[in-house]
Amino acid sequence: MRVWYFSEMAYHPAWDEGLSRGSMRVVLPNKNFDPQVGHGLLNRYLDEFALCDEVGLDIMVNKHHSTATCLTVSVSMALAILARETKRARLLSLGTPIANRPDPVRVAEEMAWLDVLSGGRLEMGLVKGAPYEIAPANSNPANLMRRYWEAHDLILKAMSTTDGPFNWEGEFFHYRNVNIWPRPLQQPTPPVWMTGLSADTGRAAAERGHVIGTLLSGAVAKPMFDTYRKRAQELGWTAGPDRFAYAAVVGVGDTREEGYRRADLAAGYVRTAPVVLEPFTNPPGYNSVGANVAMLKAGPKRGGFVLDRDGKPVDHRTATVEQFMASDTVFAGTPDDVFNQIRDFNDRIGGFGHLLFFGQGGFLDHNDTVANITLFAREVLPRLRELSPAPARTATAAVR
Amino acid sequence: MPTTTPVAGMTLDVVERGKGQALLFLHAGEGLEPQKPWLDLLAAHYRVIAPAHPGYGRSELPGWMSSVEDLAYLYLDLAARMELEDAILAGACFGGWIAAEMAVRDTRRFSRLVLIDPLGIKNGGVHDRDIADMHGMPREAYMKLAWADPAKGAIDYAAMPETEIAARVRGRDAFALFGWKPYMHNPRLKRWLHRIDLPTLLLWGAQDGIVTPAYGEGWCDAIPDARLEIIPQAGHFPHWEQPEQFVDRLAAFVDGKVPS
Repeated sequence: MRVWYFSEMAYHPAWDEGLSRGSMRVVLPNKNFDPQVGHGLLNRYLDEFALCDEVGLDIMVNKHHSTATCLTVSVSMALAILARETKRARLLSLGTPIANRPDPVRVAEEMAWLDVLSGGRLEMGLVKGAPYEIAPANSNPANLMRRYWEAHDLILKAMSTTDGPFNWEGEFFHYRNVNIWPRPLQQPTPPVWMTGLSADTGRAAAERGHVIGTLLSGAVAKPMFDTYRKRAQELGWTAGPDRFAYAAVVGVGDTREEGYRRADLAAGYVRTAPVVLEPFTNPPGYNSVGANVAMLKAGPKRGGFVLDRDGKPVDHRTATVEQFMASDTVFAGTPDDVFNQIRDFNDRIGGFGHLLFFGQGGFLDHNDTVANITLFAREVLPRLRELSPAPARTATAAVR
Repeated sequence: MPTTTPVAGMTLDVVERGKGQALLFLHAGEGLEPQKPWLDLLAAHYRVIAPAHPGYGRSELPGWMSSVEDLAYLYLDLAARMELEDAILAGACFGGWIAAEMAVRDTRRFSRLVLIDPLGIKNGGVHDRDIADMHGMPREAYMKLAWADPAKGAIDYAAMPETEIAARVRGRDAFALFGWKPYMHNPRLKRWLHRIDLPTLLLWGAQDGIVTPAYGEGWCDAIPDARLEIIPQAGHFPHWEQPEQFVDRLAAFVDGKVPS
C-alpha cells in the first residue's frame, strides 16, 4: 500500500466565525483571513509536506476556493514548490476540477510541466469537484459532467499527442492548434485519478483504467469499488488494489489517548467542511434526479450525514472520534491500533492500494503534526507495505 | 391531458385548451403548473397553447440544446408547425425572456406580445444585480422575494408522486442549464428590443423582488410600443398570485382598451 500524506492547509483561525455564520465557504468574507497569520500557516504546511519526503511518505495536494477550510487555490502552485522541495515522494494532484476550469489545455500544460520538473513523479487527478465549488467558479452545474468528459478527453489527448498541433472544436472547448510544450515525462500521460461516490463513477473510471478514490465515507466506497472491479472484469482485465484509494483522517500516538487526541484535532476539518450555506450544497444538475427526488421527499435536510458500519447515521459536523471511527472516516490510536483498523477496513472494502492520509486538519499544531507524520511513517507505513505490496509507481492501466 | 407534439426533431409536451384567437403561453422557470387556474381562465377567451419547455414535464431535452436562442427558434418552429396567425405571444419570468428572444427575430405569426415579469435583459452596471440570485439564497429567502404571499407558492413534496417530483427536478436542472451564465439574461438582448414591432404589454407584480418594477421600466423604455402595468398584491408570478387580474388585464390589452 502506498500512503499519501494530505492536508487541506486549513485556515482554522476563522472557523468560529464561519460556524457562527453557518457557512465556512462562499459567503464568509475574507476580512476574516489575516494575511500575516496566513503567511505563517502556508509556510508551515509546506514544511510538513516536505517532511513526508524524508520519512518515506508520498504527497497529495488538493484545492478549494473561497473557504476557510482550505487555503490551497491551485494544486499546480503547491506541487511546483513541493516538486523542488522533495526528491523521492510521488506527487498526487487530487485534483484539478476540470469542469470548473475554463482552459483544459492550460491544465494539460501545467501538469506536463510539473511532471517534467519532478522527474516523472506526478499523478494527475481530474475531478468533478465539490458542489460548493460551482459558486466560486460560476460554472454551469447543469452540464457539469458533459463538460468534465470533454475536458478530460482533451487534456489526455493534449498530453499524449506528440505530432501536433491538433484541432479541437467540441461542445465547450475550441482550439485550432493544440500542441503543448513541455510534454509529460511519463508516457503517454502521468497516471490518472478520479474521485467519486457512485457506482456510475466506478464504472466510468474502470472503462478508462483510472485510479478511483473516495474520501471520508467508508460505507459508500464499497459499491463504487465493487462496480469498478466488475466492469474491469467484463472488459477483460483484473483491477488490483492499486486502482483504489481511500482518504481517512489518521491520528497516531505513543499511547491510544495521544492518537485519539491527534485524530480529534485533525478531524476538526471533517466537522467544518460540510458547514456551507444551503443553496451551495446542491446546485441544479450536480446531483442525479433520483438523488434529488429522495432529498425532496425526505424534507429539508440537515446534511453532512454518513452511515456507520451498523447503518446508523453519523453527523459529520458534531461526530466524536469514536463515531468517526465507526464510519471508517478516522483511524486512530497507537500504531498497532491504526494498523489493525486499516487492515480490517482493507478486508471489508475488498483491498485498496492507496491510503490518503489526512494527517493535519486545522487545530493540530505543528509539533503534533510532525509527530503524527513521523510516527506513522516509522511504525505503520512498513506494515501497510507488507499488507499490500505497492508497485514502484501507480502506472497507467494497460487498457487505455 | 397534454399532448406530445413533434417539432424541430424533438417532442414537446403541449397543453391546448379553449377556442378562438391563439395564445402561445411560455411558462415561468418554476414550471407550467397546468392544474393552476390561469390557463383555464385564459382558455375562456382564447385557444391556449402552452408547451412545457425542454427538460420540463415530459418534454424532451436534446443534448445539443443549451441556450435560450435554441428555445426561441424551437417555439418559432412550433408556431409555424401549428400555422398560428394573429396569435398572442405571452411569457412569464423565464418564458418572458424566451418570448422576447422570439419577438426580436420574427413576429409574423403574432399580433400582440405580453411579458409578465420577464427575465432576460441587463439594465444596470457591472456591480448591479438586476436579477436576484435565485440559486444563491436559501429557499425561504427566495420565497420572500418571489411572492407577495409566500404561502401561495408552497409546494408539498411529501404528498407528491415521485414521477411528478422527478419532473420538477428535471425542470430545475433545465432552468439552470439555460440561465446560469450570464445569469438569467442575454447581455445583447436589450440592444435588439427595438426590433419588436408588436404592441407590447408588460405586466409586473408590485412586490416582485426577483426583478423589480424598476427593472420593468428598462424593458418598457427599450420596446417601441410598450406599456407597463403593475398588479398589486403580487410578486414575481402575478399570473399565479392574481390570476383573474392577470387575465382581465391581458384581455383588455388584446381588445385595445387603454387602462383608466
